Amino acid sequence: MENKKTKSKVLVNHPDYKEHQEPWIRMVKIDSVPRGIPLLVRVSALLGAMLTGAIIILAMGSNPILVYISMITESLGSASVLRETIRIAIPLLITGLGIALAFKMRFWNIGAEGQIIAGGVAASYFALFWNGYLPYPMLLIVMFIAAVVAGGLWGMIPAIFKAKWNTNETLFTLMLNYIALEGLRYLQYGPWRDPRAFGFPIISPFPAEARLPTLFGVHIGWIIALLLVVLVHIYMKKSKQGYEISVVGESVQTARYAGINVNLVYLRTMFISGAIAGITGYVTVAGANGTISEEFTGGVGFTAITVAWLAKLNPVAMIIISCFLAILDKGSGPLVNSFGIPSSVAGIITGLFLFFMLGSEFFLNYRLVFRKKEGNRE
Amino acid sequence: MDIDILTNFFFMAVIAATPLLFGTLGEILTQKSGSINLGVEGMMFMGASIGLSASYFYEFYAGDGTIGYIALGLAVIFGFLAGALGGFIYSVLTVTFRANQNVTGLALTIFGIGVGNLIGDLLSTHAHGFTSSTEATRRVVANVGIPFLRDIPILGRMLFSYNMMVYFAIIMALLLMWFLNKTRVGLNLRAVGESPSTADAVGINVTKYKYLAASIGGGICGLGGMVISMVDNSGTWVFNCVAGRGWIAVALVIFAAWKPSRAIFGAILFGGLSVLRLYFPLDGVPAQVYDIVPYAATIFALVLTSIRKSKESAQPKACGTNYFREER
Repeated sequence: MENKKTKSKVLVNHPDYKEHQEPWIRMVKIDSVPRGIPLLVRVSALLGAMLTGAIIILAMGSNPILVYISMITESLGSASVLRETIRIAIPLLITGLGIALAFKMRFWNIGAEGQIIAGGVAASYFALFWNGYLPYPMLLIVMFIAAVVAGGLWGMIPAIFKAKWNTNETLFTLMLNYIALEGLRYLQYGPWRDPRAFGFPIISPFPAEARLPTLFGVHIGWIIALLLVVLVHIYMKKSKQGYEISVVGESVQTARYAGINVNLVYLRTMFISGAIAGITGYVTVAGANGTISEEFTGGVGFTAITVAWLAKLNPVAMIIISCFLAILDKGSGPLVNSFGIPSSVAGIITGLFLFFMLGSEFFLNYRLVFRKKEGNRE
Repeated sequence: MDIDILTNFFFMAVIAATPLLFGTLGEILTQKSGSINLGVEGMMFMGASIGLSASYFYEFYAGDGTIGYIALGLAVIFGFLAGALGGFIYSVLTVTFRANQNVTGLALTIFGIGVGNLIGDLLSTHAHGFTSSTEATRRVVANVGIPFLRDIPILGRMLFSYNMMVYFAIIMALLLMWFLNKTRVGLNLRAVGESPSTADAVGINVTKYKYLAASIGGGICGLGGMVISMVDNSGTWVFNCVAGRGWIAVALVIFAAWKPSRAIFGAILFGGLSVLRLYFPLDGVPAQVYDIVPYAATIFALVLTSIRKSKESAQPKACGTNYFREER
């Protein structure tokens, strides 16, 4: 061990002394990635997820290639299934946009589910009880405003506590989801229950005046979603408020030093984030479902978090991610008839896709450094 | 009020508390290492379906020679391993690949619910309808209680007449309490959860601790799911059987202020609330009011902790952030 010579004898003879060597592998943070690499990494992640999914499908005794082809044709193959797929993508996209604003300022809003419910309930109130008092397009507009305000206020509650007492927002927003859900269940089983539903605990369908019109066979929620993509993109990139959000997200200290009112940014951004989730509630009840029920969100508030994150909070990328998840969801439905594979396989493939995408981010942020040969002693 | 109703209510509260307690303990262990794993629901689904399949296939091949203890034992082992697999996937992504903890937990929930319902559906298909434990297993799983002690009036019913998973859960809570507060390794683990860089500086292997805590914690969550499918549903797969209890467990972690001892009482309280309306329906009070209480109480606890700035009962500090040594 010739290395000892270079080191102090006292240190080397100490019983706790261990020869330290450079680790075999270590990682270094990188500032910029060469062009094309992000795409390569993401495509590899997608292939990895599909391969792993293929193994699971094989284990169930089906041909994975046929299953994948069937998933594509069942979600994109004809105009009618394509419309269905878009209908699934709309709420994911809108909610993802709202979540992205909160996440950009490192405010972990896990409460979109509750904010969607708040918006949906507020819109439903007007749809169910104000029809006839308001002329045709006015009812839809009032419903929209109600959903925006309700979703926004519901989203603001945890922000108030965060601003005042620094209450943990991840857990607070999570709990508010269930409080909103129980509130909706109360309405469905109690005062809003349709007396003409033969005892079934359902809320009556909305009148035609409270339904969103359709364009190309899909309710106009898709236009609202695309408009929001543009608006949120401009808000985040071009406006002063959007800039404040990024500064708060980078460092609260810096923001305070720069004279930004951090508490105001929390409240304002969470109002907008919740309001956008409220719009999801609006387009779901007034567009897709035509009524409201305890399952009307379909877990979108949670799935949309993954949409926002995988898109790196980029509104345009969210279009792609939400459509992809919608393809998985729609495409896996009919598998049970053609291959005997239960539709819950969608959850597994979606989960695998998320795992691989989340893992692959690492290769965009870090570089692996292997120990050099000379570093090896003995 | 009839004392029998009260003891019965307490009994049912404890039964309802057991899966919650497992989920909570698993998540406490995970969060103590500085990882917030929101995938409890998913890991419980994995434990529920894979634990059940282990017992089902053992019974399928053993036929009349089924030994109930082996069936339950296999369910325990595989339920644990399934949950641990979930926790391990979470660790790979958050510890090694440094993915966002919240998002990874949600992905694990989506994945776990898919795995649970898929395996459950396939099992039901294999059993031509629905799965069900054999008589031998049911005898072991059903109320065995502690001989002699269970015959004491009232107290016997309230304390000594449960199935063994209930006692297992309580022993697990006491063990975890002892581990976190009295052992060197437990102290190290808490150091990792509070300040990984300090722990690293004194030579604690942060990566190893985080992996083990999340994986074993996931395994304990998996046991909670296994209790739902094997004990509560006597070996029958019910679609979506975990039904949000993983999320209640996440709430309980906050309510119990990350303390296993408080988790026991919290779980019985939350379990009690979930069966309360069956025993004490109040006129004019809708069911949802009962259901809302656990979440409202959790928010109350959360806000109170933050107002008092209590470090004792706050979330471990490193929760939510991933540790990268070169970024101190």
